Amino acid sequence: MQRYLPLLLVVLMLALVASVRPAGAQDLAATLSGLTDSDPKPAIESLTQSSDDKAKAALAALAAGNLYIRTADNAVVIGEKDGEMIVVTNAATGDIEDMARPEDLQAIAVPEEAKALLAGAAPAASSGPVDFATALAGLKSDSFADKGKAIDALTALGDVRAIPVFRALADGRLFLRKSDGMMVIGAPSGNEIALTSPLDGAALGIAPSSTLDPLFVNNNLRNVLREAVGRLGLGSADPAARRMAANALLDNATPETVALLREAYGRETVDGVKSVMALSLAAAEIAHPDKVKRQEAIAVLGAASDLRVRAMLQARLNQEQDPDVKAALVKAFDRMQTKITLYSYLENFIQGISLGSVLLLAAVGLAITFGVMGVINMAHGEMIMLGAYSAYLTQEIFRAFFPPSWIGAYLIVALPVAFLIAAAVGVAIERGVIRFLYGRPLETMLATWGVSLCLQQAVRSIFGATNKEVANPSWMTGAIDVAGGLAVTWNRVYIIIFCFLVLGLIALILKRTAFGLHMRAVTQNRQMAAVMGIPTARVDAMTFALGSGIAGMAGVALSQIGNVSPNLGTIYIVDSFLVVVFGGVGSLMGTLVGALTLGVVNKILEPVAGAVLGKVVVLVCIILFIQKRPRGLFAAKGRSADA
Amino acid sequence: MRPAMPLPSVLVENATAGLAPEVVGKVRVSDTQLYLDGVSVSFDGFRAINNLALMVAPGELRTIIGPNGAGKTTMMDIITGKTKPDAGEVLFAGRVDLTKLDEVAIANLGIGRKFQKPTVFENLTVFENFELALKSARGAWKTLLGRLNSEALDRIAWALDTVGLDTKVEDIAGSLSHGQKQWLEIGMLLVQDTQLILLDEPVAGMTDAETKQTAELILTLKGERTLVVVEHDMEFVRDLGAKVTVLHEGSVLSEGTVDHVQNDPRVIEVYLGR
Amino acid sequence: MRNQLETLAKPRPLLDRKGWAAFLAIGFVLIVLVPLLNILPGRGSALHLSDYLIPLLGKYACYAILALSLDLVWGYAGILSLGHGAFFALGGYAMGMYLMRQIGTRGVYGHPELPDFMVFLNWKELPWYWQGFDSFPFAMLMVLLAPGILALVLGWFAFRSRVTGVYISIVTQAMTFALLLAFFRNDMGFGGNNGLTDFKDILGFPIQAPSTRIGLYVVSVIVLGLCFLLCRFVTQSKLGRVLLAVRDAESRVRFLGYSPTAAKLFAFVLSALLAGIAGALYVPQVGIINPGEFSPANSIEIAIWVAVGGRGTLYGAILGGVVINLVKTWLTGAAPELWLFVLGGLFIASTLLFPKGIVGMVGQWKAWRDQKKAYALDDKAAAQKGAE
Repeated sequence: MQRYLPLLLVVLMLALVASVRPAGAQDLAATLSGLTDSDPKPAIESLTQSSDDKAKAALAALAAGNLYIRTADNAVVIGEKDGEMIVVTNAATGDIEDMARPEDLQAIAVPEEAKALLAGAAPAASSGPVDFATALAGLKSDSFADKGKAIDALTALGDVRAIPVFRALADGRLFLRKSDGMMVIGAPSGNEIALTSPLDGAALGIAPSSTLDPLFVNNNLRNVLREAVGRLGLGSADPAARRMAANALLDNATPETVALLREAYGRETVDGVKSVMALSLAAAEIAHPDKVKRQEAIAVLGAASDLRVRAMLQARLNQEQDPDVKAALVKAFDRMQTKITLYSYLENFIQGISLGSVLLLAAVGLAITFGVMGVINMAHGEMIMLGAYSAYLTQEIFRAFFPPSWIGAYLIVALPVAFLIAAAVGVAIERGVIRFLYGRPLETMLATWGVSLCLQQAVRSIFGATNKEVANPSWMTGAIDVAGGLAVTWNRVYIIIFCFLVLGLIALILKRTAFGLHMRAVTQNRQMAAVMGIPTARVDAMTFALGSGIAGMAGVALSQIGNVSPNLGTIYIVDSFLVVVFGGVGSLMGTLVGALTLGVVNKILEPVAGAVLGKVVVLVCIILFIQKRPRGLFAAKGRSADA
Repeated sequence: MRPAMPLPSVLVENATAGLAPEVVGKVRVSDTQLYLDGVSVSFDGFRAINNLALMVAPGELRTIIGPNGAGKTTMMDIITGKTKPDAGEVLFAGRVDLTKLDEVAIANLGIGRKFQKPTVFENLTVFENFELALKSARGAWKTLLGRLNSEALDRIAWALDTVGLDTKVEDIAGSLSHGQKQWLEIGMLLVQDTQLILLDEPVAGMTDAETKQTAELILTLKGERTLVVVEHDMEFVRDLGAKVTVLHEGSVLSEGTVDHVQNDPRVIEVYLGR
Repeated sequence: MRNQLETLAKPRPLLDRKGWAAFLAIGFVLIVLVPLLNILPGRGSALHLSDYLIPLLGKYACYAILALSLDLVWGYAGILSLGHGAFFALGGYAMGMYLMRQIGTRGVYGHPELPDFMVFLNWKELPWYWQGFDSFPFAMLMVLLAPGILALVLGWFAFRSRVTGVYISIVTQAMTFALLLAFFRNDMGFGGNNGLTDFKDILGFPIQAPSTRIGLYVVSVIVLGLCFLLCRFVTQSKLGRVLLAVRDAESRVRFLGYSPTAAKLFAFVLSALLAGIAGALYVPQVGIINPGEFSPANSIEIAIWVAVGGRGTLYGAILGGVVINLVKTWLTGAAPELWLFVLGGLFIASTLLFPKGIVGMVGQWKAWRDQKKAYALDDKAAAQKGAE
């Protein structure tokens, strides 16, 4: 009975989630169909009051004459012309569904009396941030001059919400959504783009870049933007914003902003921010007529490691006449040059370790099960995926049933939950499928692949095919400044730490517990272990539980750095295999070295060869490596190894 | 051709036991069928073979005995190329360096091996097993288009008769009894037409009558082929009546006639414990 | 005894009498009857075979060739390649490149030489590896060479260093994954994400025309038949026995003096060639080739066709390839959510419950029926005895 308890838990939780799933989509669809009534006013009113972005999009489309009824199923859709065809977005779900011919759609006409209501709806919908929103709309203009005016207007408002907008605009990450013309801020998320609202910072889901139109700026505007960000940010209450603002003023300070900066510097109490401000102030004084001031500025600048400061020093080097200052400049420049090179290596290295630790988490369970049982579990990736969904589930349960202040703790709860769920599914796979296939590794591979397909589709049926967002708890957000210009985000740091904790724990289990002893015995010689009275069947099941459970925890970790989707596992499974093959089967040390090597090599190759080509190169190298050492880096040698 | 060189003294001592003193000086490496000298191999620090020296003359029948772990099977692995020695010389026909070749090349030189555990192709018929073993071109294209000629059929017929499987020609090898599989494997060595035959425990699991028959078969091959037989069954070894080499901890402990080694105090100590 | 040996030593026939009869009968139905049923009866007639069925059947023929090719390496040589989709896709791309070059000025941008996607990417001239693909014979050569050379190189490296079992599966899977990533890149010059599509004609025949479709279908079926006979020839030869021996006891084969590397390489390359041909026939019938064909999941799916049909039996592989794809076509239309469950379930069931596939089950059923008959006869005899 005990064995089935975790399974029962899973079923219970799934039932729970099914019951708390929001029914918003249906409501919206009902309201939308009201637009076709002879009197559409109640529907329009109800849409205006809705806080749902999709409702706003529908209203905007209605006003623009882009809202249609699809004759095939009477669904209300937003249409956008694309050549002769119309791209159809379901107004109720926001999903892009298909292309349609114009004759398949029937435009929804708005009666005259309702038009007034519609016109009134727009300001009503944005009654809160009216000034900010209006100013923001100015950015939509095609003319750079108008955009400049809008930027000035926004800066004048002094609203810190403008900062992310400006930053996104400068980076080319401010978009107009093609479906509804709404302005959104984008951040790359895998191959797609995660959207947030510029008005309130709310997440608006994830969209492929093809559905977005970027807003462009020229270099002149970019400088204006940077300065504006600096000016706005210096007054922010958030130290991180002040810091970024000071950083933005580094290479485009005007006398006016320098004064602001100096003032802010005097007020500043946080050391980290203060040093950044000092740097920007020094940068403003690099051309100071006073030689001593220049030298002081160079001394401050020379301690930094910023590409922009380096360029600044170089530019000054060409202009400087004074030999003393020139010598100081050369010295500072050289010092910085070495530092920057070092940091770029360090950065690649840290990113590599970070990727490696993720790979390690994903692969270590695979290495254990492969080592002990000699079977390849193709459903291992799905254990990771289940772990990630466990994290999502835990988060939703916390949101639904616990006070908001508790939300930060969900991740701690998610770890054991993910472990148990994945372990339970793992044991079910082992008892239900794999144990009948021992000694037939190829068949095991195929059968577990079948399991993986079923699990993926099951999750897709329950949770839907779209990405789920798992939020970082506050203590995992932000970054630590390792050294000037080199920052590592907290979630990465935690994952590295977590990964080594898990590895240590496994080593402890293997070396110090009776179960570990049994496991190692079975790994080395299954028959002999069985003869010695070790219950090999139980060891197998437990091993699978352990391996799958770890994969589940890996899923929780992955949910913190990426999106959660039904095919999350497949992304990591090939890499995990390569780690195991590269490191040597059944060797923890091999897995550790293999994962970290692959991670670091991948990240070092990336800037040189590009992400995809880098990956291809790594794959080819591993294929070649297996030629030389078919059993991996840390493989056992001898007669028994050939068996 | 490798120049004739004098043998190391340890080999001369081993090889010339029982030979008249006047012929001793004439033994040359080039006269040997199989020649191992200074061979060592270790697995993870365990020395399976330790400075092993062994010499087998053409047409000779040699039996090798030794306790478990003495290195008998590892020695066969080295000769057939499955294991590469860490050090030492392994020569075939006095001139071919076997340490440089892989299993396939060594097999094609004319060295055949019967494994300790009978390994025949269980999903093929007895006839097909023979067909594969038959001496013929081994390339992929040649086998794709290969046909059996009448001479080959004679060979197979003879081998079937010799090992007594003529009533089982079309049976699936997997359905044979343990003893029959042993015979099938020996028969495959016969049609393979090898100069040097290595037999690893050929009578394990056979009845007394079958053991006797096997001994007779081996004795008929002696002279024509060179045979190295590893066996635990002392009765069988005595029946063969050939020179015996005793291996212990990876090197030669004693060499000579059955009576000689059975009375050797070192051998007695190893087998009976100290 | 000697007579028995002589009979055994004779070269084995490709098919026995019953086999040939079945082969020719099926061939007649597929090559003659199916096209006639499409052409002759009027649209409303109950006998009329709908137009969309022809390329569908042609597609199944390509899948059957693909299944055949995997069965040759998996069922006979014990190499479970999880990257056969790569060979299929390479053959497909070679054909696709020919078809792209045939478009000429009829593309959206009307460039006489460059395919649309190259014009779109601002390329000025055709990359060197696109040269020659305007010639059909050259393209057909590439259909064979591209997968053949890849298989030769990969197989040589892998088999030589004795990468076997699950390791070879992982290596082949990694290979197709690497190609998937590479072909997704626009810089590769194979159309990136979208692949090659919008074909106009093949050998001067408009590719969408019903008559061309019938032609392609008939060619596919004929090629399937020839591939079947070729595989049959290999498996019935002594090399076929060597392959079986390698599958069951690779190291023993070495001590007999056969090089498993050579035998496996032969089978692997031949198999890759067949897969490439299948891909080349597939592309004009579906009208597109994109990197998705390289996805590891596709390659693993081929293994399940073979497993369900019955591996180690060539007609089993063909049967599996057709049956599963029939189910897939029907189910992805009727209940797309169910399809992955069914496919996953098939993977599990075919390994756990009927490892010998449909063919094995039929064999078992036959054995059971014969046995029952024998018992019935025995009972009858006993009853008669009792009566006497």
